[in-house]
Amino acid sequence: MAVAATEINRPLFEMTGISKRFPGVVALDNVSLNVNKGEIVALIGENGAGKSTLMKILGGAISRDAGTITIDGNPVEIRSPANASALGIEFIHQELSVLDNLDVAANIFLRREPTTGGFLKIIDRNRIYREADVLLKRLGLNISSRTSLSQLSIAQQQLVEIARALSAGARIIIMDEPTSSLTLTETRRLLEIVKDLKAEKVSIIYISHRMHEVEEIADRAVVLRDGRNAGEIQKREDITHERMVRMMVGRDLKDFFKGERPGNGHQEGAGFEVRKLRTLRYPNHIISFTVKPGEVLGLAGLVGAGRSEVARAIFGVEPALDADMSVNGVDLRIFNPHDAITRGVYLIPEDRRQNGLIVDFNVRENISLPNLESFSSAKIIDRAKESKLAVDACKSINIKTPSPEMRAANLSGGNQQKVVLARWLTFSPKVLIFDEPTRGIDVGAKSEIYALIRKLAAEGVSVVVISSEMEEVLGISDRIAVMHEGKLTGILNRSQFSEEAVMRLATGVEG
Amino acid sequence: MKKELGIFVLLIILCVIVSAINPNFLAAINLQNLARQIGAFGIFSIGLGLVIITGGIELSVGSMMALLGVLLSMMLTEWGFPIFLAIIACIGLSMLLSLGHGLLITRMNMQPFIVTLCGLLFYRGLARFITKDETKGFGTVAGLDFLRYTANGNFLGIPMPFILLILIAAITFVVLHRSVYGRYLFATGRNAEAARYAGINTNRIITLSYVIAGALTAISGIIFAFYTNSVSPANHGNAYELYGIAAAVLGGCSLRGGEGSVVGILIGTALLQVLRNLVNLLGIPSSLDFAVMGAVILIGVMADQIFTERRNRRQIALIRESAARDATPAA
Repeated sequence: MAVAATEINRPLFEMTGISKRFPGVVALDNVSLNVNKGEIVALIGENGAGKSTLMKILGGAISRDAGTITIDGNPVEIRSPANASALGIEFIHQELSVLDNLDVAANIFLRREPTTGGFLKIIDRNRIYREADVLLKRLGLNISSRTSLSQLSIAQQQLVEIARALSAGARIIIMDEPTSSLTLTETRRLLEIVKDLKAEKVSIIYISHRMHEVEEIADRAVVLRDGRNAGEIQKREDITHERMVRMMVGRDLKDFFKGERPGNGHQEGAGFEVRKLRTLRYPNHIISFTVKPGEVLGLAGLVGAGRSEVARAIFGVEPALDADMSVNGVDLRIFNPHDAITRGVYLIPEDRRQNGLIVDFNVRENISLPNLESFSSAKIIDRAKESKLAVDACKSINIKTPSPEMRAANLSGGNQQKVVLARWLTFSPKVLIFDEPTRGIDVGAKSEIYALIRKLAAEGVSVVVISSEMEEVLGISDRIAVMHEGKLTGILNRSQFSEEAVMRLATGVEG
Repeated sequence: MKKELGIFVLLIILCVIVSAINPNFLAAINLQNLARQIGAFGIFSIGLGLVIITGGIELSVGSMMALLGVLLSMMLTEWGFPIFLAIIACIGLSMLLSLGHGLLITRMNMQPFIVTLCGLLFYRGLARFITKDETKGFGTVAGLDFLRYTANGNFLGIPMPFILLILIAAITFVVLHRSVYGRYLFATGRNAEAARYAGINTNRIITLSYVIAGALTAISGIIFAFYTNSVSPANHGNAYELYGIAAAVLGGCSLRGGEGSVVGILIGTALLQVLRNLVNLLGIPSSLDFAVMGAVILIGVMADQIFTERRNRRQIALIRESAARDATPAA
């Protein structure tokens, strides 16, 4: 053990004083991270804490503004993913980056194909299939390397990515939320594989929101908060769920949720009733729930539980198999977003930049877009009215921008989110559905968004908040509906709220 | 407006150079001819521009003009259609076929390039088939004076097609840059998904842009038919869609959609016609016609790209600088 200890004492690589700034946001501020050989380091923190940015810098996907990176004590520059790969750093992304038009072996050896025939560069097919098969066996994957990627499950595709990393001679593997789309059994298998890799002296940086996974495998946990180091848990036995959550969340959010909760008292009216909703993705599960006016219903679950599908079906973005819904007793018939908008049902989508906003439009144009007709006469837009609307909206919900003529792309995440919300506030909403409202938003803007959500509820809006952040969903909601693999597994009242209760329903242990 | 300004400066420079080398450029007759060409080409280019702004493309313009031209001739000289009805039929047919393009693209989710490429091939073939590949003219049919005047006449010395273009451009300007439809058109072209989330019926907007392009193509087509006074089904309107696309791109439309302006398309059209004129006036072999145009378009778009890149780099540098400033006191 003594020998192992000295070996471990010298870090394999170190990132020191890393800073990175995007227009309007400081994503990383003087962050440090080191990893030893054969060590599993968990990198944890809330969404937007800077984990992904830090790892993208290490993986060569983006450049840093300041700081140094050393490997084996030598300073290195990582300018591209190919650069990182040459240094033995491999990135397993949250979104799979395999090519599903190729077979397994072709994916594993992509960009590193062994060739014969000199300058003709003919791919040595025998060799890639032979070597790929060996790798697959090593990872316990019982498929032929000639299988097309499109025929594999998500979990299998992920193992193919790991196989690719190993065949590239990885010394450090970064795994970003590797279990987010996996079932429990698949997760177990992956964790075993991670432990095997450690035994083979591969270092792992493991990013996950799932605390029990971190408890199980991590040798050390590094916590980021708001783009800074928020502490480190050095000893394996000290890595506990509670401790990590405390370090991740800090004070701000807890304080906010401890404050007054406007809108708690339900108001008159039946509210938003979903009696029978079936989505295309999960045709076998019927979803039903009710949100009273003035109530905030949290919708919790793991990624891929089908919550966003429910939101999109309600809003009419995706066709629903059944959609028997009503608002205050009036039946809702929604076939497209326009129907939803005219009936007072609005969605603040998960992907702000792709779905929520037209980022090349300015703030004014984004806010007025769905309600343009009411700022125009004979279809000609009244610029003065439109500008006034935008200025008023910026003021009333505190959108921080030098002017409404600023391109939405240049705003910070929190302000972008407020722009998406502002457009719906030009109507008088009856139902508002927020899908991951604070993803990638700094803490200050977060508490503003929470205050807005509670304020809207107080005004009698029925609010649904889809959130994967435990702290958030427990703090903001009056009741929590939990989904697991397309099924609504339970609805909790405030007295039943606990992280464990939500997690049990979300993982399908109960219900 | 920056993009339009650049191309406008290029246009002025070209005009100055040409008139310096050959003063005939400024002769009334040459300017009139030039304006007539700009008018006829500009009208359908505006339509194409709208389609390009939605992120689409329309390749069947030239073939459509050939088909409409021969049909117009046959309706008037062989089938005895009243003039008014023949015109309505031409515009109606073009809009109907374009509606077909729009529906195939939005409802069947087919790619605009492919749908309109098939149109390009199909309409050309149809035009040649129904005429048995014979050139059609307008002979001695009485009462066509008004149409001939629209194509070849001048009002107060200004060619009619040019006047028509200015009228259409003015209307399109209001629709594109001042109306709800225009805003929806840009939104759809920029990010169709986000536009849908904002409640915009993007399918309808896209289809509408093809139908408008169809109507404008028909108007241009009628002008060209009477301008050339004979329609050869195999050649009439050949490659005209490329003039339209080139004018739109020169004028600042992006083939990715969501960018462009009526003024830009007008200047783009003018620039292309000045180039053709320049080839004539400077005694450049007319076989080099396309080569000159290709070179100028390439240079124009390249210059624009270089300026954009430079702007981007300057912005990134600014962000870096302010980041460094913030970092110094902390360290």
